[in-house]
Amino acid sequence: MRLERRETVPLALVATAPLVAILAALVLAAGLIGAAGVNPLSAYGEMLRGALGSRLSITEMLTRATPLILTGLAAAVAFRARLWNIGGEGQFYVGALTTAWIGHSLGLPGPLGIAVLMVCGMAAGALLHAGPAFLRLRFGVDEVVTTLLLNFIVILFVGLMIEGPLRDPLAFGWPQSVPVDGDYRLPDLVPRTRLHIGLMFAIAAAGVVWLVLTRTVFGVETRAAGLNARAAAFAGISLSRTIMGVALVSGALAGLAGAVEVMGVTGGVTTTMSPGFGYAGIVVAMLAALHPAGVVAAAIFVATVFVGADAMSRATGVPSFISDVIVALSLLTMLVALLFTTYRLRR
Amino acid sequence: MIEALELLTNTSLWAAVLRIATPLIFGVLGALLCERAGVLNLGIEGIMTMGAMAGWLTVYLGGDLWMGLVIAAASGGLMGLLHAGLTVPLGLSQHVSGLGITLFASALAYYLYRLIVQVGETPPTIVPFKPLDIPGVSDIPILGPILFNQTAPTYLALIAVAVLAYVLTRTPLGLAIRMTGENPHAVEAQGLDPNALRIGAIVAGSALMGLGGAFLTTAAFNSFFPEMVQGRGWICIALVVFASWRPGKALIGALLFAFFDAYQLRLQTVVEGVPYQLFLMAPYVLSIVALILVARRAEVPEALMAPYRRGER
Repeated sequence: MRLERRETVPLALVATAPLVAILAALVLAAGLIGAAGVNPLSAYGEMLRGALGSRLSITEMLTRATPLILTGLAAAVAFRARLWNIGGEGQFYVGALTTAWIGHSLGLPGPLGIAVLMVCGMAAGALLHAGPAFLRLRFGVDEVVTTLLLNFIVILFVGLMIEGPLRDPLAFGWPQSVPVDGDYRLPDLVPRTRLHIGLMFAIAAAGVVWLVLTRTVFGVETRAAGLNARAAAFAGISLSRTIMGVALVSGALAGLAGAVEVMGVTGGVTTTMSPGFGYAGIVVAMLAALHPAGVVAAAIFVATVFVGADAMSRATGVPSFISDVIVALSLLTMLVALLFTTYRLRR
Repeated sequence: MIEALELLTNTSLWAAVLRIATPLIFGVLGALLCERAGVLNLGIEGIMTMGAMAGWLTVYLGGDLWMGLVIAAASGGLMGLLHAGLTVPLGLSQHVSGLGITLFASALAYYLYRLIVQVGETPPTIVPFKPLDIPGVSDIPILGPILFNQTAPTYLALIAVAVLAYVLTRTPLGLAIRMTGENPHAVEAQGLDPNALRIGAIVAGSALMGLGGAFLTTAAFNSFFPEMVQGRGWICIALVVFASWRPGKALIGALLFAFFDAYQLRLQTVVEGVPYQLFLMAPYVLSIVALILVARRAEVPEALMAPYRRGER
């Protein structure tokens, strides 16, 4: 048995790969649910009900999907250029912190203020990611390790700020940053739920990213840099400029996720406001085969697992960590599924 | 200022250096072995978490401490086998597969822990490894408490450095592993199977990572809790580069790093008015600085991250 490269990559295979991967992940996780003494099928039933069973649960799920779309886009843009940005978590937090800090006392009218704050969050994320990108381009330092280490540094920094200069005096000793001004809270998308118009911003961002990647010179250069860096350089593409551009866009998207989460959901910043949005964004991007439209769908899947698992855990007693297991497994199965879109098994 | 310097004369600081270095030594040796064979193993953070959980759980369920270490190494090796399966015969992206292993192994560790252990207000504890107490030797002033009053796994880590250094540089197996990381085609030409060597190196390296995790729960602390590995795995990946992929230098790197970590912990108590988070950031900042310092002259294994498929260049 050996792997043989396919001459063409059938589009139908690429489209079905995530479905096969998710199915495989669910089958593998079923064993673990069974080990908890719970029928996997009824557990998955509870999960679906918990995430999609009512108007409220659907809006909760979409609220959770919103930052995931943006961190997923951040990872997809970077990975396309083979820039391994694993710092989405840190970029999310600097975006959130900057938004809360500036948004607490920004003297601008509502909609304009919201736009300015989104730009601030994006700038913060982009700036944070520019560091590792610069180190890679200038010194050849692997960006995986630097972006990962920066996540820890940023979260400590957030802790420092919300216990110090940005502490909310009204939060009863609970370490939390000052909240953004009420004028800059994003309006509800569905009344009396937590779902806010940030979802529309995230979907719009996916559209913009898709247009930029397919319709602009920058997009072509990005793809060329990822497919074959040497050939791209030979074709006259400035690799360092492309990589830096990709880094800024990727960091900005993750920063925007933080800004939108603060203005839409939390108001202020805590060190636990992200249940791993940055890391889950990597899974989202891979499940989407790095395609912006796929990112929206993959984010909805991951959010369904997260929100559904909480409800399922309450109903059946299966530890809610099963959601992280399913999401991680789907990343691994997706990797294998993607391989078989470009290779086939031959005897 | 004087107080900050006085800390350096404190034997407990120097004893802490070896203790803090131990999980890093195991981790950096494991990562180094994988990379010497040509495979980056970013599963390390999750594998250490899995080792920490499996080692602790074995003891909690009535096993002996050494059995805990064996199970931790085995669970690490198993996760390594998964990474090996994905990256070697299938040749998938080592970056993405490694991150996937980290996400999977940590999630699985937390899940199994919650499934088996009833967690109340405080996490349950075990009786961990005790510091060695060799009559006469452990009582030697200064050196006794620093060198001869550690727990058994610390000595195991030091032995592992010597063994790995010997195997890599002085044995045919070590030569084959190193060649696999430099030029797998040459290994094939010698009639050896580069992919088998890679799989073996990843499994063995991951077992070492598992031991590093287990040290945290069976010697340094006595309980398991989420997020306890705290980026030590990532720091190990940085240390491998810092050590130019050499076990001896890796030991020095881990000790140096542990020294700064032990020192910042004590400095927190004498320096006032500086937020404690700045001290806690130091290890991560230091790792990045170390990477920048050595990046230019890093002797990266030639075939690192290049999957080997027979007949494909």
